[in-house]
Amino acid sequence: MSLGTITLGHYLSLGAILFAMSVIGIFLNRKNLIVLLMAIELMLLAVNMNFIAFSRYLDDTAGQVFVFFILTVAAAESAIGLAILVVLFRNLSTINVDDLNKLKG
Amino acid sequence: MMPTFFPLASLAPELLIALAALGLLLLGAWRGERAAWIVAEAAIAALGIAAVMLVMRKGGVGARTFFHGAFVDDAFARFMQALSLVGGAVSLLLSFDWMRRRGIGAFEYPVLVLLATLGMMVLAAAGDLIALYVGLELMSLALYVAAAFDRDDGRATEAGLKYFMLGALSSGMLLYGASLIYGFAGSTAFDDIARAAQGHVSLGLAFGVAFLLAGLAFKISAAPFHMWTPDVYEGAPTPVTAFFASAPKMAAMAALVRVTTTAFPGAAADWRQIVVFVSILSMAIGGFGALGQRNFKRLMAYSSIGHMGFALVGLAAGSQAGVQGVLVYMAIYLAMTLGTFAAILLMRRGGAYVESIDDLAGLSKTDPATATFLTLLMFSLAGVPPLAGFFAKYYVFTAAIQAGLFSLATVGVLLSVVSAVYYLRIVKLMWFDEPKAAFDAGARAPRWTLALATAVVGLFFLLPAPLVDAALAAARALLPA
Repeated sequence: MSLGTITLGHYLSLGAILFAMSVIGIFLNRKNLIVLLMAIELMLLAVNMNFIAFSRYLDDTAGQVFVFFILTVAAAESAIGLAILVVLFRNLSTINVDDLNKLKG
Repeated sequence: MMPTFFPLASLAPELLIALAALGLLLLGAWRGERAAWIVAEAAIAALGIAAVMLVMRKGGVGARTFFHGAFVDDAFARFMQALSLVGGAVSLLLSFDWMRRRGIGAFEYPVLVLLATLGMMVLAAAGDLIALYVGLELMSLALYVAAAFDRDDGRATEAGLKYFMLGALSSGMLLYGASLIYGFAGSTAFDDIARAAQGHVSLGLAFGVAFLLAGLAFKISAAPFHMWTPDVYEGAPTPVTAFFASAPKMAAMAALVRVTTTAFPGAAADWRQIVVFVSILSMAIGGFGALGQRNFKRLMAYSSIGHMGFALVGLAAGSQAGVQGVLVYMAIYLAMTLGTFAAILLMRRGGAYVESIDDLAGLSKTDPATATFLTLLMFSLAGVPPLAGFFAKYYVFTAAIQAGLFSLATVGVLLSVVSAVYYLRIVKLMWFDEPKAAFDAGARAPRWTLALATAVVGLFFLLPAPLVDAALAAARALLPA
């Protein structure tokens, strides 16, 4: 067994671990909304890791094309997320997750 | 191999909406706030023309695919696109008066509606995971901004942020599922995935389907992915909520039906279990969650969760009749929900909009016409014959029984009785409680929308053929019986 070989399984495990970390980050984080945005970004990167690994393994370019779309949309998504965050901060003067409690019922 | 041709004519409705969005954005940026009303009216005209183009083309053309199968133009796509366009146009029409009174009549809102509607059209016609993702995000990104559109209102911005965070999470789950499906099926095209997913379904593929369905279930606000719905419906501006409750549901349901029936016909046993689970949970949460609500918008959020559960009963059947039932259900749900939100927009007292159902007390004495229309809509939402809501449920439950899902149909009928409780409570408030002060005179658009939606819902049983036949043709495009 050569220790140097990195197989598809390793990449998929890395992708799964990153994905799980970002989901846990979204649900455990009670402090800061910017950390939530970072967790979402990490989630998309985990998915990209999967796509690239599969694309190489299948020798098919569709996965890489998909990654370009995801990167572009992720940029737009962050821009919109930060814009909504700025508007929220102007209204509430806080970006603490626990302070988002006006809508309950 | 078919000769390749430039699909300009077949994509005319989509191109019209895209060009209208870009042109009107330019016009708005150039002329500023003065152009707001021209932009809004032109946007409605564009949505209306696109819908007419789709309906006119209905019978003539069979299924065609473009861009290497990424985009499908068939009866199913046209049916759901037309519903999305109607939802977009009517909710935009409802927004005029509200936006003017709140002093936020900016030109950006109609442009956002156009962009979101374009995303829905792509989503309903997607034949490939990449097209599905791009359509979904085009729709969602515009909707996040629309939710926070009343930017000086703390509740609206909170709703926008919650919608954004949970929406991004659901997109991430959908993408993770897409990556697993791509890896284990070897392609992003639905046709190729269907070929790879025949017979034995690998564990990776099954996980991929589960994640993909979770992402789409979020967009139709089906339980257990419904957590955002009550908050966002309550916090967002009312005309925006009307838009959320109508058009995006059509497109996301279209994507859900198309993915399950065309990409995974071989894995039906796997996804049907998920759909049955989601359906029962949505009907239960929609029924019991709404019982304690006093805010009408929040109540409609639970109502929409429940209705998505009922529509999914048809998908769980997995047959042509089931898909037809889903389509009929969605069309009737569209009319009922737009009518109800038009009534909510008429609830204005002393110049301020009110949202509590207690404000409806005694409406039959102060405004008998509105009370009658709203009563008919509530009976229809509860599924009382001979109103349209009864036939919507009839089609999906019949399909479920034909497919042998007796327990699902039984549970569904019982839960529809639970949901009838809160619809009937609103009727009781309007007809038997002490009247409050009369509402202010309503604007024309919501009054006409309410009357028209009630007419559609109330008279459906006289002429059901056009809708039912169109839904059957659409279902045939997906599942040749």
